[in-house]
Amino acid sequence: MTGLSAKHLNVWFGSGRDRVLAVDDVSFSVASGASFGLVGESGSGKSTILRALTGLAPNWSGEMMVGNEVLQGQRSSAFYKQVQMVFQDPYASLHPRHTVDQMLSETLYLHGVGEIDTHVEKLLDDVGLGNAFRFRYPHQLSGGQRQRVAIARALAPEPEILLLDEPTSALDVSVQAEILNLLTDLRSEHSLTYVMVSHDLAVVGHMCEEIAVMQNGKIVEIMPVADMRSMQAKHDYTQHLLKSSQGYERREFNG
Amino acid sequence: MSKDTDLLEVDDLWVKFPTRTETFEAVRGISFRLGRERLGIVGESGSGKSMTGRAILRLIRKPGIVTANRISLHGQDLMKLTEKQMRNVRGKQISMVMQDPKFSLNPVMTIGDQIVEAYRLHARATRSEAHAKALEMLEAVSIRDPERVFRAYPHEMSGGMGQRIMIAMMLIPDPEILIADEPTSALDVSVQTQVLSIMDRLVQERGMGLIFISHDLNLVSAFCDRVLIMYAGRIVETCRADRLHEAKHPYTRGLLNSLPRLEEPRERLDVLKRDPAWREAASVVDDQ
Ligand SMILES: Nc1ncnc2c1ncn2[C@@H]1O[C@H](COP(=O)(O)OP(=O)(O)OP(=O)(O)O)[C@@H](O)[C@H]1O
Ligand SMILES: Nc1ncnc2c1ncn2[C@@H]1O[C@H](COP(=O)(O)OP(=O)(O)OP(=O)(O)O)[C@@H](O)[C@H]1O
Ligand SMILES: [Mg+2]
Ligand SMILES: [Mg+2]
Repeated sequence: MTGLSAKHLNVWFGSGRDRVLAVDDVSFSVASGASFGLVGESGSGKSTILRALTGLAPNWSGEMMVGNEVLQGQRSSAFYKQVQMVFQDPYASLHPRHTVDQMLSETLYLHGVGEIDTHVEKLLDDVGLGNAFRFRYPHQLSGGQRQRVAIARALAPEPEILLLDEPTSALDVSVQAEILNLLTDLRSEHSLTYVMVSHDLAVVGHMCEEIAVMQNGKIVEIMPVADMRSMQAKHDYTQHLLKSSQGYERREFNG
Repeated sequence: MSKDTDLLEVDDLWVKFPTRTETFEAVRGISFRLGRERLGIVGESGSGKSMTGRAILRLIRKPGIVTANRISLHGQDLMKLTEKQMRNVRGKQISMVMQDPKFSLNPVMTIGDQIVEAYRLHARATRSEAHAKALEMLEAVSIRDPERVFRAYPHEMSGGMGQRIMIAMMLIPDPEILIADEPTSALDVSVQTQVLSIMDRLVQERGMGLIFISHDLNLVSAFCDRVLIMYAGRIVETCRADRLHEAKHPYTRGLLNSLPRLEEPRERLDVLKRDPAWREAASVVDDQ
């Protein structure tokens, strides 16, 4: 049972005039078994925070912890058994020349999970893809089918912490409901800890108890879900975000 | 019957993928028309939405097979054009924003060079004019620091920045039709509104036809004029977008019920019980 935290985390890319401080003095902590949401502006650093936690950001400062361990340098394979991530861009994260079966079997094997065949079938079934998809390559799948393969792969090592970057952004709402229910069940059965990025406030509201709102590299506000539901935001940007989430308003352009 | 306001007419479109053992039918005989409007396509993951968009542009990769009675653009049958003529249609008349935008950008060329190149193919402009225009376009899609992004490579962009760059690029040739496949799925609502109003303006001011593929039912309902609902390669229902919430087909009803709602928290979400009969029923004819 493991929580995680970040203290005064900075992450930057590039140098000189192209330097970007993608994550700017960010602190948060997620208790073991909790589910924490990250929402905010496109380009505000949400994915970068998750990538930094998994050791994929080269330049950073501050402190990151998983359980009682301070994270430093290369992550071990034990770390990846404990912490798994679903990437925002499923196409880029799936090996183009490996079938779904190869990807899942390999992950199971790497993490010492036995009965690989049965497990692959179960994983595919869990994410709503039948055995028919087992021997397909990524390019033979639709966007949402690829996203579900990425979720199945992250679940394969039975991690304690899941970092989910827009995990249902390519799914229609019926499949989304199935995946969110699956995540809810897994969490209550195994007290998993989630950090979930989504631009869909209803999804984050459904899944998370606490939500951090980001803008331009900074967390501007951390709010309990009840405040989000009742539209009680302290920061201007959050208010603006909650207001825009009430729907697209048509305008007439007279040309 | 085609009307003179129609830009595009698709008649009995099929997309098939033969495998060793069987042939998989991704799109199964659909027909619809597009005018100078915002036409939404929603439907289950894997129901054939992206393949429909790609088939119109004849971008289905081998071994996929596309057949149709007709895909006509202003009365010109795209199915009969040579590959060379098709390239012209793709560049100038119909643009498509793909579902995985970063994969449609060239990974080894800076964003700025790609926009400048696309712009100069379309308009006579000096490099510095094109440069200024590119920065302007990046700003229009709410990119915070256009100068940096201009010099950056696609892998240095966030998910939503990639989507916005792709939309900006696809609008350069001033297309008559834009096919946008989940174009705003990685955007926060506030940037999304910005980007949608750019497309909206092109439909209203210049009469562009927009095919908007999305799983966001609330958005489609508010933003589009009409909606096609796809299931297992067929169109199971069509309706006015603002009436989507009164949709009748059990699949569409099921979709509406599985939406999480911020105001009404629930332990678990309703899931759909899929009826095999939905798969067998004939495609509805889009006659609006
Ligand atoms: N490899 C990289 N090199 C340079 N800059 C990068 C790199 N990765 C991310 N950035 C920059 O860091 C900033 C934050 O990006 P990030 O992907 O974390 O945003 P995000 O909040 O996930 O946005 P979105 O919701 O659009 O996915 C952006 O300005 C982006 O251009
Ligand atoms: N090369 C291929 N070989 C076999 N089947 C394929 C191939 N490419 C796509 N398919 C199948 O065609 C069907 C339709 O795919 P399409 O990409 O159009 O779905 P979609 O409606 O866009 O779904 P999503 O919402 O998940 O993106 C899917 O079931 C997919 O698995
Ligand atoms: Mg991101
Ligand atoms: Mg698709």
